[in-house]
Amino acid sequence: MQCFIGIDLGSTTTKAVVMDENCHVLGRGITNSRSNYDTAAAVSKQEALVDTRLTLFRRGLGAVPELAGSVDGILGDLERNFRHVQFLEQLDDLERTCVANIKGPRFVGREKAVAEVLAEVFTRLREHSAALFAPGAKRKSDFFRDLAGADFMQIGEVVCREAGMPFEMILNVYDKSIIEVENRPPAGDMEGKFLRALEKGGSLSDAIVRPVRDALAIPLEETYVVGTGYGRVRLPFPKEHIRSEILCHGLGAHMMYPDTRTVLDIGGQDTKGIQVDPAGIVENFQMNDRCAAGCGRYLGYIADEMNMGLHELGPLAMNSTKQVRINSTCTVFAGAELRDRLALGEKREDILAGLHRAIILRAMSILSRAGGVKDQFTFTGGVAKNEAAVRELRKLIKENYGDVQININPDSIYTGALGGATFAVRAVVN
Amino acid sequence: MSEAVKENSMLLQKQMIARNYEAITSKHETGRKVSSTFVPGNLNELLMCFGIVNNLPEINAIQNGMRKVSGSYIMEAEKGGHSEDVCTYVKADIGMMGKGSIAPNGKPFPDPDVLLLSYTGCYTFMKWFELLRAEYKCPTLMLHVPYEGDGHSTKNMRDYIVKQLKEVVIPGLEQVSGVKFDIDRLREYLRNSAKAEDDLVWCLEQGKHKPSPIDAYFGGVYYIGPIFTAFRGTTDAVEYYTELRKEVQARIDNKLGPLTPDGTSFNEQKYRLVVEGPPNWTNFREFWKMFYDEGAVVVASSYTKVGGMYDQGFRHDPDNPLESLADYCLGCYTNRNLPTRVDILAKYVEEYEADGLLINSIKSCNSFSAGQLMIMKEVERRTGKPGAFIETDLVDPRYFSAANIKNRLESYFQMIEQKRRGASKAA
Repeated sequence: MQCFIGIDLGSTTTKAVVMDENCHVLGRGITNSRSNYDTAAAVSKQEALVDTRLTLFRRGLGAVPELAGSVDGILGDLERNFRHVQFLEQLDDLERTCVANIKGPRFVGREKAVAEVLAEVFTRLREHSAALFAPGAKRKSDFFRDLAGADFMQIGEVVCREAGMPFEMILNVYDKSIIEVENRPPAGDMEGKFLRALEKGGSLSDAIVRPVRDALAIPLEETYVVGTGYGRVRLPFPKEHIRSEILCHGLGAHMMYPDTRTVLDIGGQDTKGIQVDPAGIVENFQMNDRCAAGCGRYLGYIADEMNMGLHELGPLAMNSTKQVRINSTCTVFAGAELRDRLALGEKREDILAGLHRAIILRAMSILSRAGGVKDQFTFTGGVAKNEAAVRELRKLIKENYGDVQININPDSIYTGALGGATFAVRAVVN
Repeated sequence: MSEAVKENSMLLQKQMIARNYEAITSKHETGRKVSSTFVPGNLNELLMCFGIVNNLPEINAIQNGMRKVSGSYIMEAEKGGHSEDVCTYVKADIGMMGKGSIAPNGKPFPDPDVLLLSYTGCYTFMKWFELLRAEYKCPTLMLHVPYEGDGHSTKNMRDYIVKQLKEVVIPGLEQVSGVKFDIDRLREYLRNSAKAEDDLVWCLEQGKHKPSPIDAYFGGVYYIGPIFTAFRGTTDAVEYYTELRKEVQARIDNKLGPLTPDGTSFNEQKYRLVVEGPPNWTNFREFWKMFYDEGAVVVASSYTKVGGMYDQGFRHDPDNPLESLADYCLGCYTNRNLPTRVDILAKYVEEYEADGLLINSIKSCNSFSAGQLMIMKEVERRTGKPGAFIETDLVDPRYFSAANIKNRLESYFQMIEQKRRGASKAA
C-alpha cells in the first residue's frame, strides 16, 4: 500500500507520521534525536512503520467477529512481545559492541576478566528484560538507551561488586558502546520480528494468526517522504521533499483542528507563533530569535538545577498556592533567581509556578508579534504536555484575548510530522 | 569561499574607493584637508568646492565588516566602556581608532581636519561625533536637519537649512580649507550629480523587468556606492553610472538576471521581494546566497534610498544649488516618518510586482528599527502580500545567526509558494 511519510527532526526528539492517500494517520513514531539525525530519522520512520503494522493488525483483527472485545488485549500483547524481541536484538548488538571495545591500556591483562563480567551482566539483563516487558509492566521510557542504561547501571554494579572489579571498568566500555549502538541504523526485518513476537505469545488460534499474517503480507511502499525540522537538510532527499517546520506545524495543526487560526508551538529550542488561513496555509509567523529562554530547554535546565525529572516539574507547580515572579529573559539567570528564592524560603512549587508563567509570558509576546490570538487556538510541542504551562497559558489567553477555544491534542508532539505527511500526500495526489 | 566575481562597474568602483583612501591617507604629503561625515544627507559636492577629501566612518565600518575585522574592533570599543547595545557602526569606528586606525590600504588614517555633521535624523550620529570631537579636537560643523514628522518638508525647513549653510557650514569650511567658496564650482558638481542620479534611477527601476536584471539589495549596495559616498558630483561617478547602465541594459537584452558573487547569472527567479533595512555586512555573501539559492531576487529596497530618494523625483539642481542641498538632506529615507515609509514600501510592492515585503531589522539600531513590525503589518494589509521579519546586525558578527535566518527565509519563501498555489493545492 502507498505510505506517505512526514519526518520532523527536532532538537530533542525526532518524530515520524505515516499516512494513507486519504490523509488518514496509520502510524506514529518517535525517538531521541541523538547527535545523529540520519539514525534518528531512520529510527523514527521505522517506529512509525511498526505502528502502521499495528494499525493494519487492528483493522484485520477487528474484522474477525469472534475476537470482538479482545482486540486491544491481543494487540497489546503483540506490541509488548515485539518490543521485547526488538530490545533483545539491540541488547545482543550492545553486548557484541561492548566486547569489541575492551581494548586500550586500561584493560591490559584484564581483558578476560572484563569479558566474563560483561557476559554475566548481559545474561542478567536478558533475564530481567522479561519483567520489563511483562504484561502490565510500566516502562519509564520507550528508548533503548534509557531502558538498557538504567538496568546496566544497577545490574552492572552488583556483578562488579561480586567479581571484585571496579564498576568504572565496564562503565567505560558501556559509555563508548551505547553511542555506537544508538547511532547504528536499526536492523530491518520488521515482519520477521512480528512473527517471532506472535510465537512468543504462545499458542494462538488461527483466527488471530491469519489476519496478522495477512496484514504483514501487505507491502508498505514509501511513496513520498517529506522532512522538516532543524535537521531537515541532513535528510537524504531532494530539496522539494523538504518543508519548513513552520509550514508543517501550521498544516499539522489544521489537520488536527480544521478551524485553527492561530498556532503556538513551544519546542526544545524555539517558540513559534503561526497564523493559518482556513485551508491551513501559513499567513504569518514569528519565532524567538537568538535567545531560547522561554522554550522547552528552559524547563530542562531548571529540572537539572532542582535535581528533578523534566516531567515532575508540571505536577509539582500545580500544587502552588502563590506565585513567585521569575525573570523570563535568560535561562541561566532564572537558575540563579531560583536559588535565591529557595534561599529566601519560598516553596519549590511556588517558584516553579512562576517559572512556568515566565515561559508562557515569552510565548505571549511572540504571539502578539505574530498578530495575536484568533479563534481557534491550537497549542503544540513538548511543552503542551505540561499541565502547569497549559494552566498559565489558559489564564493569559483569557486575560488578553477573551474566550477563545484552546485545542491541545495528546499527539501534539507529532504536529510537524503530521503536516509533513500531509504535504507528502498533496505532492502526489494533487 | 572563492574570490567573488566582479563586473566592470564593480572594478571601476573598487579603483575609485582605493583612490579616495589613498587621497585620505596621503593628506600629509599632499596638504589636502580631510573631513569626516556621514552618508545620509552628506554634502559631498560642497566639500569638493573646498578641495576637502571626504572620509565616511560608516563606510569604513562597512568595509571593516566585509573584511571580517569589525568584530575585533567592536570588542575593543566595548573594552573602552561602550555597551553591547550601542550602534555597531559607532563601536567599529571607535574600536578601529583603538587599534591604530589603519585604512583598507594598510596606511594609517590621518586625523580629520573637520567633522561635518550634516544630518541629524539619527541621534546616534550626534553622539558619535561628540566622541570623535573629543578624540580629534578639530572643528565640528553641525547642520541641523528638521525631521519630516508630518510626512513632508516645508519652505521654512528649507530656508532654515540654507541659512545654516550660508552662515555656519560654508564659512566654517572656508576657514578649515583656506579656499573661498565659489557657487559656480558647486553648480558644476551638481550638474554631474544630477546626470549620475538619472542613470542610477534608471538602473534601479529596471527591477520591474522579469527576470529582474538587478538585485536591488545585495547588488543595490554596489550600485549606490559612488552616489552615496565620496563621489557624487565627480566625473568618475558619471562614468561609473554610464558603465553600470550599459551592463544592466546588456542583461535586459539577453534576458539575464544579476550576476551573483559565484559568477553565474541569477535567471531562475522564483520570488520577487521588496526589502526594508540595511543588509548584514559581516556575512554579506552568505546572506545573499540564502536568497539566490532559493530563487529570491530583491526588486526594490529602501536601503538603496538612505542616501537620497532620487526615484521619488529629487535631483540635485545646479540652478538652485543651496536649496537643492537642503531638499536632499530633508528627503533622504531615514528622515521620513513611518506613514511615509509605509507608503513608499507599499508602492514598491505594487509597482515592482513583488511577492511581499521582507524586513531585515537591525539589532543594534534602535532609532531605525523602531516601528518596523507595524510597517510590515500595514504593508501586508494594504497590498495583500505576505511579509516577513528577520533580525541581523550591521557589523557585529555575533548577531548573525545563520541557522535561524535561513529557517525564517525558507519558511517565508515556502509560504509565498503555498499562497500562490492556493487553498486547494497547498503543497
